Amino acid sequence: MHKEGDFEIKVDSLSKIEGHADLEVKVKNRKVEYAHLKISESKRFFTQAVRGKSALNVAQVVSRICGTCSIAHLLCCIEAVENASGIIPSDQTMVLRNLTMDGLMIRDHAMHLYLFCLPDVMNADSILEIAENDRELVEKAFEVKSAGNELSKIIAGRAVHPPYPIVGGFSRVPPNDEARKIAHLLKDARDHALEFADIFRDAMPLFERKTHFVALKNQNYEFIGGELCSSEGYCISRKNFLEHLNRVVKPYSQATGFEFEGREYMVGALARMNLNREALHPDTKRDLSSMLAYFPSNNIYMNNLAQAIEIVNCIDHAIEKLETSDFKKEQISLPKLAAGEGVGVIEAPRGTLYYNLKINNGGLIDYINLVIPTAQNMVNMEKDMEKIVQDNLDVGRSKERIRVELERIIRAYDPCMSCATHFLKVRWIEEGSRKRT
Amino acid sequence: MGLPFAKKDKISVAWVTFACSEDSSILFLELLNQHFFEWIKKLEFRHCRMLKEKGNSLDDIDVAFIEGAIATEEDAKKAKMIRENAKLVVSVGACACTGMPSAQRNVFDEKTKEEIRLVIERFGHMEKVHPIKDIIKVDYEVPGCPMDEKIFLETLERCFKEFGVK
Repeated sequence: MHKEGDFEIKVDSLSKIEGHADLEVKVKNRKVEYAHLKISESKRFFTQAVRGKSALNVAQVVSRICGTCSIAHLLCCIEAVENASGIIPSDQTMVLRNLTMDGLMIRDHAMHLYLFCLPDVMNADSILEIAENDRELVEKAFEVKSAGNELSKIIAGRAVHPPYPIVGGFSRVPPNDEARKIAHLLKDARDHALEFADIFRDAMPLFERKTHFVALKNQNYEFIGGELCSSEGYCISRKNFLEHLNRVVKPYSQATGFEFEGREYMVGALARMNLNREALHPDTKRDLSSMLAYFPSNNIYMNNLAQAIEIVNCIDHAIEKLETSDFKKEQISLPKLAAGEGVGVIEAPRGTLYYNLKINNGGLIDYINLVIPTAQNMVNMEKDMEKIVQDNLDVGRSKERIRVELERIIRAYDPCMSCATHFLKVRWIEEGSRKRT
Repeated sequence: MGLPFAKKDKISVAWVTFACSEDSSILFLELLNQHFFEWIKKLEFRHCRMLKEKGNSLDDIDVAFIEGAIATEEDAKKAKMIRENAKLVVSVGACACTGMPSAQRNVFDEKTKEEIRLVIERFGHMEKVHPIKDIIKVDYEVPGCPMDEKIFLETLERCFKEFGVK
């Protein structure tokens, strides 16, 4: 029998996120019993499917795990294959890979912020509704997103599943005049990106809960390279990342969660900004100095402001590289694969992406493991959900209002469900008993 | 010769995804960069969860775009419901048109099938993953992984024509 103060909230199919997920919250005597994020995306078994496939083109296959951040999967897997085989990419290749990541971040963050989050900020249901009242703002949003898309096209061949990045280098190097042209596009989009950063700064709700952050840290706020650092103030070698993780199985979800050093943690733009903001581009620092003062932050909504700042940073980083580099055609020979194990670690838009694979003597894949950002954020997300429900119950808010707040906080994480349904091993352990992987 | 459907100023569309990476959804959102203001005059996004939260409905759809393959009975049921409510159904992307790569488990060896059996049973997955045309009648296909942009634009143009949308 239901008493007053007992209820359930169920949300089937969250909107304005990437992929399929449902929420389920149970409240008893006005106390949260549980808050579950159920990922309902069907598994597609990529890690099993790539066994025995050539290590030279496996990255193009696994990039199909995710439509939105396929570039991150592609480059991370390429890095793991090169690491396993002892292949060292050229300096020019690294510049092109960083530019590829800039294009991804601009486009992907712009999609999340302008299409999914902006309606929340402007009290509208959708970008369609915003367009009815403020056409100019929507035009600016599409201009920034488009600049990222064009950057990806010129450097990598396409914004989704791009063909040019391969093991050992790039199958096509952009002509310098094309590179300069894209720099112009990015310059035109930069003012708009700054304007959107202002909009998000002025509209960030407050929600704080002490947690931990993990991200790659390096000298130029790049998404490739560097060490994995924690907000606890120490760094670990990328090779050992897995040893610091516990897998947490959620029997009600098609995805699994992770803890770092036995505690929930967050990866993504907020983690990067908390840990690495000193390394932002000088032009970004100059124009956004007032916003940088908000970090480090425990307010999860600041993830969206961090994304807005990253868009500007990627624009500045890309303009500099596109204007100053002299790209030259490189001789790409078919790389010689050696047997061995390798690791790839990249900061995807939603956080740290980890690949670990083994290549056998025939140059074929023995196994691939991956740890994706949304899975790492899962435990943290559910703890935030619990707190937000309890906080709202304590001040007497309605069930409907709580549902809206829950959707907003989940969206602030920018979760990616297509990715989240890939994990290390297909094995079920009851919740509570944790296996160290 | 008359139009195949009653003439309209705007067609109601649905964008629905099943098992896939949603890469064609992303490409669609990229096409909006150039086409947004033109399309909102000709399209009513009646069901599009990536764009809006309120009022998503699969009733009385003129054109349903379906991305992804069918992996569960529940998905198959939903696809049939969409077919009943939509005048035209368009499969978008490789998974919807061919099943692959979402259907890669169909060709796993016995040992690998055994390895994934628990998941298949636990979440009510079907024995095999299917392209949309295995489950319902499909009017047009936009192949590619992600979907071929040019074919998508041509298909949309064709839909506009069939409903007399100018």
